[in-house]
Amino acid sequence: MEIAPLGDSALIVRVRNQFEDAPEQTSNEVLRALRRIEDARISGVIELAPAYTTVAVFFDPLRVMDDAARVDHVIESLTQKIHEALSRGGRRKQRDKSTRLIEIPVCYEAEFALDLEQVSRQMQIDPIEVIDLHRTAQYRVSCIGFTPGFPFLSGLHKRLATRRRSIPRKEIPAGSVAIAGAQTGIYPMKSPGGWNIIGRTPLHLFDPRKDPPALLRPGDRVRFRAITREEFDRLKR
Amino acid sequence: MQDLGRLGFRQFGVSVGGALDSHALRVANLLVGNDESAAGLEITLGGLRLHFVDDRIVAWCGGGFDVRLGSTSVAAGHAALVRAGQELMFNQPKVGCRCWLGISGEIDVPIVLGSRSTDLRTNFGGFDGRALRDGDEIALGKNSKHAQSLVDLLREQRISSWSPPHDWSSPAQREPILRVMRGSDWNRFNDVTIQRFTNEAFIVSPDSDRMGVRLEGIELKRNHDIDLISEAVVPGTIQVPPGGRPIVLLGDCQTIGGYPKIAHVISVDLPTAAQLRLGDRVRFHEISLTEAHQLLAERERDLAEFRVGIKLRMR
Repeated sequence: MEIAPLGDSALIVRVRNQFEDAPEQTSNEVLRALRRIEDARISGVIELAPAYTTVAVFFDPLRVMDDAARVDHVIESLTQKIHEALSRGGRRKQRDKSTRLIEIPVCYEAEFALDLEQVSRQMQIDPIEVIDLHRTAQYRVSCIGFTPGFPFLSGLHKRLATRRRSIPRKEIPAGSVAIAGAQTGIYPMKSPGGWNIIGRTPLHLFDPRKDPPALLRPGDRVRFRAITREEFDRLKR
Repeated sequence: MQDLGRLGFRQFGVSVGGALDSHALRVANLLVGNDESAAGLEITLGGLRLHFVDDRIVAWCGGGFDVRLGSTSVAAGHAALVRAGQELMFNQPKVGCRCWLGISGEIDVPIVLGSRSTDLRTNFGGFDGRALRDGDEIALGKNSKHAQSLVDLLREQRISSWSPPHDWSSPAQREPILRVMRGSDWNRFNDVTIQRFTNEAFIVSPDSDRMGVRLEGIELKRNHDIDLISEAVVPGTIQVPPGGRPIVLLGDCQTIGGYPKIAHVISVDLPTAAQLRLGDRVRFHEISLTEAHQLLAERERDLAEFRVGIKLRMR
């Protein structure tokens, strides 16, 4: 496992070098590393954030200096502590946050599925089949980013691997469910973006008044449930 | 409205945000008797008039702004007593683009996700999740004991004779050199490109904002254009999109990115980066990570001394 500086106040722990060859295994390993570093409560560490193949460790160099005493030992000291944390086996029972299964209702009707026809044409798949392929698969949150609460979901059917729009939209409506490459995702709020929109969820994926503020977290499993326009309106209220 | 930023929510994609020059805000807060982490105003390119309804101590740090209290000029890094009914005016800066104003008593807005900072990208926190507009009324807390003693101290003099080191109160430079350390993709660029990256000047281009400073000039081409897997980025990260024009990320940057990271601006030079504005020329100079930490430790030691000095005046 490689640990490398990310500027002077963060480190990146690289758990694997690839993701697409084994998404499930990679996510598991990233989450395990995240949990072990979290459990080690390393002094000076402010927060952790996982992404596909990595765990970012954000720290306060001044606090680490207080502990490591020498200015030129900040990284060595932290790296060593992270390695120790990672090699500490899973003795204690793992509180497995990674197995939550969240169902997300999606209305795939034309009004919301802005790019469904174009996806259907590009992939030469009937629109109904595009929806079926999308709603029957099970997905996993590999990481949250782009905007607050935006989940990058792996597990998209290979036949739905579309190109991004050549010109990104300036404004995508909140709740839009979209696909691009090997991934699907949900725009939590109105934002620009280049993914192909095939539906919309009435759920709020990000609410700063809540803690945690995001509906999903890395490791969660996700299923989509197709809903009618009426149900969308009812759930939206 | 910004404080020292929003920590602990990057795993949910929430930017750190906060004052783009957190050091300037800390110093401004110390000067007015506030807690260092209090929220202040981040003023971009001036054109602001603040009307005070009661007596307050104010201090600002940042770009080369012309700040006036009535007809009196208030220099960066000096504490000033503003009486009820007076107006504080920020005109356009001659150099740099942002400054931070500390106001005694501290700005009173709700804490959202651990911070009073406005997240302008997602529109939450701070003042209704948006930049301030004409006519907004900002609620302030009560002056601290320290601030009250400053009010008494500055009754005659109005503006303090003391101030912090010049490079803290006025970090903006016309042709700055930002010190950088290598990023994880440094080696994806060939020697010639790296040579040019650390020797030639870049020019700040339009659509630079709190998310990042976009640069023009030489194009930084990679050896091989392979796709990278998205991973964390931080304020200070210099990323290079396919066109080869680097972007220096600032406080409101996304939490993850998929572009190569050629280098990172060190923490103590982020205040200088936060001042870059359209047309500015900027260069990069490579230093080691240990040097970056040394510089940070030195500045923190100096700040600790300054803090003691300030507290002594406020007794």
